[in-house]
Amino acid sequence: MYAFDIERPATIADAISALGTEEAQALGGGQTLIPTLKQRLAAPAKLVCLSAIKEMQGICTADDGALCIGGGTTHAEVAAGAGVYPALASLAAHIGDPAVRNRGTIGGSLANNDPSACYPAAVLGSGATVITSNRSIAADDYFQGMFTTALEDGEIITEVRFPVPEKASYQKFEQPASRFALVGVFVAKYADGVRVAVTGASEEGVFRWTEAEAALSGNFAPEALEGLTLSGDGMISDLHGSGAYRAHLVGVMARRAVAAAS
Amino acid sequence: MPKDGGIGASTKRREDIRFLTGNGNYTDDINLRGQAYVHFLRSDVAHGRLNKVDTSAAEAMPGVLRIFTGKDFEGVGGLPCGWQVTDRFGEVMQEPGHPVLAQGKVRHVGDPIAAVVAETYAQARDAAEAIELDIEELPAVVDMKKALEEGAPLVHDELKNNLCYDWGFVEENKGAVDEAFAKAAHVTTLELINNRLVANPMEPRVAVGDFNRSTGDSTLYTTSQNPHVIRLLMGAFVLGIPEHKLRVVAPDVGGGFGSKIFHYAEEAFCTFAAKALNRPVKWTCSRSEAFMTDAHGRDHVTKIELALDAENNFTAIRTDTYANMGAYLSTFAPSVPTWLHGTLMAGNYRTPLIYVNVKAVFTNTVPVDAYRGAGRPEATYQLERVIDKAARELGVDPIGLRRQNFITQFPYATPVAVEYDTGDYHATMDKLEEIADFSGFEARRKASAAKGKLRGLGINCYIEACGIAPSNLVGQLGARAGLYESATVRVNATGGLVVMTGSHSHGQGHETSFAQVVAEMIGIDANMVEIVHGDTANTPMGMGTYGSRSIAVGGSAMVRATEKIINKAKKIAAHLMEASEADIELKDGKFSVAGTDKSVAWGDVTLAAYVPHNYPLADIEPGLEETAFYDPSNFTYPSGAYACEVEVDPDTGKVTIERFAAADDFGNIINPMIVSGQVHGGIGQGIGQALLESCVYDENGQLQTGSYMDYAMPRADDVPFYQVDHSCQTPCTHNPLGVKGCGEAGAIGSPPAVVNAVIDALQRSGRNITHIDMPLSPSRVWQAM
Amino acid sequence: MPEVKMTVNGKPASGQIEGRTLLVEFLRETLGLTGTHVGCDTSQCGACVVHVDGKAVKSCTMFAAEAEGAEIKTIEGMAEPDGTLHPIQQAFQDHHGLQCGFCTPGMVMSAAALLAENPTPTEAEVRDYLEGNLCRCTGYHNIVKAILAASGQDVSRIAAE
Repeated sequence: MYAFDIERPATIADAISALGTEEAQALGGGQTLIPTLKQRLAAPAKLVCLSAIKEMQGICTADDGALCIGGGTTHAEVAAGAGVYPALASLAAHIGDPAVRNRGTIGGSLANNDPSACYPAAVLGSGATVITSNRSIAADDYFQGMFTTALEDGEIITEVRFPVPEKASYQKFEQPASRFALVGVFVAKYADGVRVAVTGASEEGVFRWTEAEAALSGNFAPEALEGLTLSGDGMISDLHGSGAYRAHLVGVMARRAVAAAS
Repeated sequence: MPKDGGIGASTKRREDIRFLTGNGNYTDDINLRGQAYVHFLRSDVAHGRLNKVDTSAAEAMPGVLRIFTGKDFEGVGGLPCGWQVTDRFGEVMQEPGHPVLAQGKVRHVGDPIAAVVAETYAQARDAAEAIELDIEELPAVVDMKKALEEGAPLVHDELKNNLCYDWGFVEENKGAVDEAFAKAAHVTTLELINNRLVANPMEPRVAVGDFNRSTGDSTLYTTSQNPHVIRLLMGAFVLGIPEHKLRVVAPDVGGGFGSKIFHYAEEAFCTFAAKALNRPVKWTCSRSEAFMTDAHGRDHVTKIELALDAENNFTAIRTDTYANMGAYLSTFAPSVPTWLHGTLMAGNYRTPLIYVNVKAVFTNTVPVDAYRGAGRPEATYQLERVIDKAARELGVDPIGLRRQNFITQFPYATPVAVEYDTGDYHATMDKLEEIADFSGFEARRKASAAKGKLRGLGINCYIEACGIAPSNLVGQLGARAGLYESATVRVNATGGLVVMTGSHSHGQGHETSFAQVVAEMIGIDANMVEIVHGDTANTPMGMGTYGSRSIAVGGSAMVRATEKIINKAKKIAAHLMEASEADIELKDGKFSVAGTDKSVAWGDVTLAAYVPHNYPLADIEPGLEETAFYDPSNFTYPSGAYACEVEVDPDTGKVTIERFAAADDFGNIINPMIVSGQVHGGIGQGIGQALLESCVYDENGQLQTGSYMDYAMPRADDVPFYQVDHSCQTPCTHNPLGVKGCGEAGAIGSPPAVVNAVIDALQRSGRNITHIDMPLSPSRVWQAM
Repeated sequence: MPEVKMTVNGKPASGQIEGRTLLVEFLRETLGLTGTHVGCDTSQCGACVVHVDGKAVKSCTMFAAEAEGAEIKTIEGMAEPDGTLHPIQQAFQDHHGLQCGFCTPGMVMSAAALLAENPTPTEAEVRDYLEGNLCRCTGYHNIVKAILAASGQDVSRIAAE
C-alpha cells in the first residue's frame, strides 16, 4: 500500500467534511478497497473510515413499509435483521464468507458496484432508492456500468430503502475461485409488476432483464420464462465462462429464482 | 491393540499444541535485530530484452540501503539443476543458465530484475517503483507445440531450440511396441491434458539471510522441505560458501507439496545480500508473488494408446507427452516427466510392452517442477482414463477389465525398468467394493435422477514409486545427488533420546510418528523421545522430505541408528549384569538375561554410558550416540483403488462430489490417524485438480490466474467426508519397517476417479461424451453437454 | 504517527501506527503475536481470522486504526492461562484437524465464531461457514469432524480416523 492518512469520523457531517480534501476516499467495510490498496491500484492521500458512524448503521421499517438499511450496515447485520425481506436477508447471508460479512457494508458494496457483486441485483431488482449524504437516487438511475455509479466525489451512501415485495428470491451461481456471482439473478414480484435484475453477467454491470419482467408480470411461474433467451454478446467472457454460458445461466437462475420466490 | 505411543497407535500429535496455541515458529515469525527488507522488482512481460535498468533515482529514495541487479550477480553462480536427463539419441538435455537476478533478458512474468533492500518493506516497494526500466518486449512462447515449431522465438538465445530433451523409454522397445499395436485386436486412443497447477501451501515462502562478520558464518532461515539440499546447492553452486560456514534452518514450515523442495533465487539473494550489507535481510512472499514465482506442477499434454488382444488383455501401451519446463530448469524438473513418470506407466497391470516418449519444452512461463505426486499422477491419470475408455468401447465392466489385467505375482519386473516388491491389487479392489458400497449405487442414482441430477460412478487403481531412492540407480539416471537419508540418535544420561533426522516435517507429523518407532524399538514411553529436524547445524546431512520418502527412507535410517544404540546398550547391560552379550534381551525398556531373573533398566544402562565407572572401557567407548545413513535398495510401491460418485447438474454443468472412497495398501503403518490425514489431504488436492484448479496463461504469457480470485482452491464445501481404508497391507520387503509411504497417494489416485465418474454420469444420461479435460469446471462440463 | 489503543486477549495494548497499518501487522509486528498468519493478499484464505468485538474478522482486511477501542481476541487468547486447551483446540488435536498448522489459528477462530452463533451446526453448516478459510493439508475432513465434535455432537459414525 502507498502511505495515506486515516480518519475515523463519528458523524456523517464530519465524514463529508473529511472527504472534502484532495485525494480523500471513503472506506466502508474495506473488503474490496483494502485488497485493491494492497495491489497499489489506488493511491488515496486520506481514507475516511465510515465504520464509526452510528447514524449510518441499522435497519428499520419506514411508514410506507419500506425496509431502510443504513449505508454502514454490515452484510451480517442485514442477514440477521432484514427478516421482513427474506430474499434480501438471504442474499446478504451468502455474500463472501462470514468474516467478510462482519465487515463489508451495503453502502460500500453499492458504491463500488463490482459487476459481480450481489447487492446491486437486489437494489435494482427491488427498485430501491439509494439515499446519499445529499440526495435520493432511484436504483434505475444509480447504476451506470461496471464500477460506475451516479455517486459524485465526496458523496456517501447513508441509507438504502427497499420496497418489500410480495415474493422474491436471489439465485447465485458462483465463480468457483472468487465465489463472487458468475451470474446472479434477483426476481421480485410487486403488486404492480415483476422486476428481474441480473448481476455478474454483463460487461455493462447489473441490468434489468425486461423481457423476463414482462413475461413474469403476466404469469409468475418458471414456465413463463420458457423460450426466453439472452444473447451472449455483451456478456462477460473469461476463463470461468463464456458470454454464451453466462447468458444461459441467467435463464437457469431466473427460473430457479421464480420457483424459489417466497 | 498397539500401545499408545508405539507402532500402529493413533497417537495424538505432540506438535499440535504449539500450532493450536499460536506458538509455532514459522519463518515469517523470525525477525532478527537490524533486519532490512527486500522487495523484488519483477518482470511484467513474459519475454523481453533488458535494455536498461536504471536504479539511480530509486537509490535516492528514503530508507533504501542498496539496489541489486543482474550485474551484481555476474560473478556468482546461477541456480543449479539437480538432474540431467539423457535423450533418446544419447545426448544430454539442453541446460540453460538460471541467474539469481535477470541478466540480459526476462523470460517469464515474475522473473526478478532488481532487488531493493531498504529499512522497511514499504520503502523497498516504494523505491522499486522508481527504477527505470527499458524492456524491449519479445514475442512469447507459451504453447508447447508452437514452441517447438521451426522459427519459434527462443526462450534462451544460446540454445538451438526450445526443446530441453526428447526422451524415449524404453527406446529399445519402440519397434516391438509398434508391432504389438499393428497386431492388436483393439486400440483405444485418448488425448488429454494434465492441467498446470500451483502447489499453494498455505504458508507463502519466506527467506531471512544473516551474516556474522566476526565468524564469517552465513545463516539462511527458509521455508524449505530440505534444508541440507538448499545448503549444498546454494553453498556449492551459487554462492561458493562451504558447508561449515553456512547454516540453513527450515523451522516450522506451513506445507510444501513439492514447491518448497527447490532452491529459489530469493534464498540465494537474501544470503548474499546479508553478507554484502552486513545486516539480516528478509523477504516475505505475498500470495500474488507466489503465483508467479513458486514452481508450478504438472502441465503435460499427452496422447496415450492402449492395445488389447481379442481376450481384452493389455498387450502394449504407447504414449507421447509434451512436458512444460517453463522458462528455466527448476531443481528437479527434468526428472518429473521422465523417471518419475515413464517408469510408472505399467500401473497395476501386466502390459508386456510399453514405450513412453516425452518432449520437455521451454516456454515463457514459471518453471514447472514436482508437485505432490510428481510424474506419478500424470502417469496414473492417462492410464486409468484410457482403460476406462477402452472398457466403454469394448462394452465390458471397467472393474473387470482392470482385474483381468492385474499383476498378481510378486516380485514383478515391469517393462519400464522397475520391480514391484509386493502388492495385492485384488485385495484393495475388494476392499473398495465393500467400503464404497457399489451395490447401493443404483438406488442413489435414482434418487439423484429424481432431483434432476445425473449421477455417475468412477473408479481407478494406482501404483506409485515412493521412498526415493537407491542412490546408485538414480545416479545412473542423471540425478546429481544421492537420495539416502540420515539419523543421529543421541541418548542422554538419564535415558531420554533425541533423534536428529535429515527428514523434514511440514505437516506430516514426524515429531510424533518418528518418536513412536524409536519408543517401540526400545520399549519406552514415546515422550522420552524428541525429534529434531530442520536445522543443518544440528542434524546429519539428509535429503529431506518429498516423494513419500520420510518413513521409508528417513524412518529406516532412524531404525538403523537405533539398532546401533541397542547393540551398544546391550554390551553395557551385559557388562553390568556380568552376562554374555548374546543372552541380553531388551523388552519394555528393560534389559534382562535370558533364562534368569536378572535385569537392568534402560536408564541404568544409559547412565552407565555417561558415568562409566563400572564400564567395559577396554571394549567400547563411553557415551551413547549413533548415526546411520540409509540408502534404499529399491523404491517402495504403495497401491490402491479409489471410487468417486458425482452428481452433475445438467442445467449448469456443476459437478458435486457426493462420495469418495479410497482403499490403500501402504504396507505397515506407524500411526493410522496420521496416515488417514495424509490420504484425506491428497484426495482434497486431487479433487481440486479434477474440478477446480488450473493455472492459465494467455497467448502473451500473461498469468490469468494470479490470485485466489481466479485460481480456484478447494474449500470445505467442495468436498465430502472421505471413506478411507488402509487395512490391506502387504509390507515392503526391503526396508526394516515394511513401510511404503502415504503422502502422495491421495493426490495420485483421485483425479482419474473423479473424471471417470463425470464421464460415467454423462454417458448414463445418453450423452456420448468420452473425455473432458481437467478441471471439469461448470462451464467446461456445460460446454461438453 | 498516531497511536492506537485496544484490548487484546483481555490486556490493554497500544502502539504507533501508520494509516496503512493493517490489524494483522499491528498484532504480529507491534505486539509480537505471531500466531495470526497471513496466507494471501485477496482476503480469501482466512489464516488471519481474529475476533473483533466478538465477531470473526480477517485481520489482513482491516486497518489497525479501525480497531481503536475494540476488544480483540487472537489464537493466543484461546487456551486457559494454565495451558488447558479451549475445547475447540482440544477437538482439533483429538481429531487430527491440523497438519502443517498454518491455517489452524484462523480455522480455530472461525470455528469459535460459528459455535457462538450456532452451537450445534450440521455438517453442511460447518462446511458453509468455512468458506473463507482455506486449508491445503487436511482435505477438510478432520477439520469439519473436529468442529462437530467440539459442538458436542457424536462423530463416531464419520468415516475413518
